Amino acid sequence: MNLEKVLFGFFVLLALTLNVGFVYGEIDSVTHHHVWELFAALVVSLIATVLKFGDRTHLGAVLLASSLVADLHLVAAAIVWGVNSQVFAAGEEPGVVASVVSLACGALVANLASVILLVVETLTLRR
Amino acid sequence: MNSVLFLVMRRMRRPLIMLICAYAVAIGGLVLIPGEDDQGQLWHFDFFHAFYFISFVGPTIGLGEIPYALVPAQRFWVSFSLYLTVISWLYAIGKIFSLVGEPAFVRALSETRFRRSVHSLSEPFHLICGYGETGSLLVEALCARGWRCVVIDSSSQRLDDLELAELPVDIPRLCANAGDTRVLIEAGLKHRYCHSVIAVTNSDAVNTKIAVTCKLLQPERMVLCRADSAAAMENMASFNTDHIVNPHTIFAEQMALAIRKPHVNELHRWLGARAGKPLKPPLLPPTGRWIICGYGRLGQAVRRYLDANDIDVTVIERDASHFSDNNSAIQHRIIGSATDPEPLHEAGVESCQGILAGTDSDADNLSIVLTARDINPDIYAVARQNHFRERELFAAAKLPLVVDLNRILAWRMLPLATVPSLDEFLACCRSQEDDWARELMDNLRALTGDTSPEVVHVPLWGQGSQGLCQALARRTVRLRDLGGHIDGETIPVIGLMLKRAEERSLLPDPETELQPGQQLLLATVAHSAHRLEWLIKHSNHWGSAPRSHALAAVSP
Repeated sequence: MNLEKVLFGFFVLLALTLNVGFVYGEIDSVTHHHVWELFAALVVSLIATVLKFGDRTHLGAVLLASSLVADLHLVAAAIVWGVNSQVFAAGEEPGVVASVVSLACGALVANLASVILLVVETLTLRR
Repeated sequence: MNSVLFLVMRRMRRPLIMLICAYAVAIGGLVLIPGEDDQGQLWHFDFFHAFYFISFVGPTIGLGEIPYALVPAQRFWVSFSLYLTVISWLYAIGKIFSLVGEPAFVRALSETRFRRSVHSLSEPFHLICGYGETGSLLVEALCARGWRCVVIDSSSQRLDDLELAELPVDIPRLCANAGDTRVLIEAGLKHRYCHSVIAVTNSDAVNTKIAVTCKLLQPERMVLCRADSAAAMENMASFNTDHIVNPHTIFAEQMALAIRKPHVNELHRWLGARAGKPLKPPLLPPTGRWIICGYGRLGQAVRRYLDANDIDVTVIERDASHFSDNNSAIQHRIIGSATDPEPLHEAGVESCQGILAGTDSDADNLSIVLTARDINPDIYAVARQNHFRERELFAAAKLPLVVDLNRILAWRMLPLATVPSLDEFLACCRSQEDDWARELMDNLRALTGDTSPEVVHVPLWGQGSQGLCQALARRTVRLRDLGGHIDGETIPVIGLMLKRAEERSLLPDPETELQPGQQLLLATVAHSAHRLEWLIKHSNHWGSAPRSHALAAVSP
């Protein structure tokens, strides 16, 4: 057992599950999407990214890329939410919530890709 | 580039994760803790304000309590966050600083810089493996001739010497084992401007490895190799190494040549020397009996060449095991240390004409020649100088000839690397008579005064001789026309060799008509090579025939 692999697998999976938790629900209803979950998803995704820093294998590079994509989406979602609620006082409006959730959906796909790559790597190791 | 970036990323993992966690905890706590606004009502930090607040708390420890004064619970949390984030930042920044001083990082950085500077070379260069005494002489001489060099050496101390050497250009240098294939490729073995690879490390094994790597990966690249043993020479020759130079043999060959054909030897020394140097007086070693002190590789090589010239040789060697392999070949041998007078007396130093002190020790060599001179003041004393730093001692001894193998090696390799076909010409000279060489030398002296000539190789094809080749297509150009006028100046020229495919003529007649496809080897006055090359490259010096006419002459 490799502690580094455990940690990385844990954070990649956690990023995905938190992301799903945030996205799950009606797309424009603010009650279905909790800001804490977005915050947690962003933090965990950032940690997962840093864990892949300096990995020179090809798979490591692809994992880093997919993590970066997820980060980008989540940061964009957080900014959209923050700017709309703070600057325009329109944080709760369905349109804003919908665009935040759709951005997080993008991150969800990237995180899903990360997990799939991780599973593929694990399976090839087995053989 | 990549290795440095990856190293930084790998080392920054932990501090970055610590920073992210610290910020996440600090922001999260601040959002959770309820505050009181100016009307005494309950309020919560939202994520944006918490992020803003922690952002300026984190690195600066400057804080104002916004948007309302904080409640005690918030202040507790902020003081905790403050230390948490500041410590994370200190850790991260400290890590960066320690990384900058780390040997692995420094090495990766210098390798990256080296690779980039080799990659960006845009003129022909020589790849020199080994920066010992020979390597440093070569680099200096090549730079003085306007060539670029790339240096690999396994000792960082020697590369520091290179950094401190006063050279007109920056030399890309790498501290690595030159026998490593990857290192050679990084140093530009496959670079399109790599002109030659010169292996002058002090290990035959490494030199052989370099030669074999070059010949396997880039067979057309010229490889010059130093070899100290006969076995290494044979091995290198077996895979077509272009030039194998054994300093012991070269010295012995030169000495034998100086005894047999002094003028041919003098011609050698002139053409190999740096252009524009004052000519040295000829070496005239005596043809009588010689004593060789020290029967190592140098002693053995000299003995072989002197024997071939029927010169009587007596060998003095301290270690009897050196004689074991070819006992019968040496008639006169004495076991003992030549620094003492007895073995010298025994060898008949009183009636001897020449003595060679060729041991590994500079002190012994000086002692031998001084002792020998004490006994016989007229003796022709030759001493081997092993270390460059002893040159003043050897100069003070006022010997007619000092054997500095590093210098011999460097001056032999230099024309090989820079003037193709000079070696071939010199080989032809060696088979000529001494009078032939004397006549040529008189001509050269008339050309250059009392300075050494510059030797120029001119191939009559390709970009470099475009102008002359165009002229050849429309009119006859004779060899003597090459000494043309530039800005009212004449460049005096002597043709040394004219070569076409395998057929070559020595000292071609000045009236010879030039043909495209030939190679010329010319001697001219010092520092004229650039002007001569310019003249040959540009067409406007070759008669002012109309352009259309020139084209018409070429096209059918």
